[in-house]
Amino acid sequence: MLRRLAWVALLMAVTVHAASPVDVFQFPDAQLEARYRSLIAEFRCPKCLNTNLAGSDAPIARDLRVTVHRLVTREAFSDAEVRAFLQARYGDFVLYDPPFRPGTYLLWFGPGVFVVLGLVLVGFRLAHQKAAQLSSQDQARLQAILGDETAEELDDALSDE
Amino acid sequence: MNRAGLFVPLGVFALILVVGFAGFQLTDPHQLPSALIGKPFPEFSSTLLTPEGVSVDRSRLVGSPVLVNVWATWCPTCKAEHDELMRIRATTSLRIVGVNYKDDPQQALRWLQEFGDPYEFNLLDLDGTLGVELGVYGAPESFLLDAEGIIVYKRVGEINQRIWQQELVPRLRELEVLGDA
Repeated sequence: MLRRLAWVALLMAVTVHAASPVDVFQFPDAQLEARYRSLIAEFRCPKCLNTNLAGSDAPIARDLRVTVHRLVTREAFSDAEVRAFLQARYGDFVLYDPPFRPGTYLLWFGPGVFVVLGLVLVGFRLAHQKAAQLSSQDQARLQAILGDETAEELDDALSDE
Repeated sequence: MNRAGLFVPLGVFALILVVGFAGFQLTDPHQLPSALIGKPFPEFSSTLLTPEGVSVDRSRLVGSPVLVNVWATWCPTCKAEHDELMRIRATTSLRIVGVNYKDDPQQALRWLQEFGDPYEFNLLDLDGTLGVELGVYGAPESFLLDAEGIIVYKRVGEINQRIWQQELVPRLRELEVLGDA
């Protein structure tokens, strides 16, 4: 059984390795290569909805990796220029970090709005609970009904259950 | 607690249901909004499928409205829309220009001989460079350009009767390629 599991683990390790795309690109220096690596990790593949360019083996992701490589090495684009280049052609979709403008206000402010809404709701309920506490008249009536038993004894009785 | 308050969770549930339903109905996650609508068709330099080796640039696309169709022989949906393109070519005066995308030119020529050629000419995009300029992420894609070469509409996926009637005809009337019905 253990042997079989070991085999399965080994095979899985092999498939994972086979699925990650490997391109052979030349870089004049290590710094450019590091920039290239961080850029392709940053963009979303337009075809596959939730994989970045680095992790996708879709043909379009490969084309875009080639493009990013060309922009970084041959055309000496800055990171911001590469971002602008891809955004101009493929739209906000390729950016995992959405830009801040009227169309995305809901996205940026939404969570804050929900937090405020939640706080208001909690505050409202707390205030309501205070108001629901017994008035002194009701307290007296309760005492009368309960007779000798004090509220404390009632509490004990309840917690025994 | 107020009796009406008991219905709040139900209301919240209904709201989630409605928002979720609308969200999934209204947007197809595979249809990305094009960043190029309202922008000029990018500058390019490309060679033609036929006559072979002749180079063309953006100036060949301006002057009158044109439908630029990105296609390839490896793309099954391109075959599905081919008849509709042939029909448009035969029955209207709309120019159709092809971008033969990451394809084998010999196979492309055979395809056009076999199934008919709706294109005024075909640009060769062997390595997908023009495709990247156009934000293409899956063939077929089509761009409608006005006479100045501004992209007024983009379709990802096949052009069919429904897309023709609902999306293209109104725009072509605006561009005065089609007369009022």
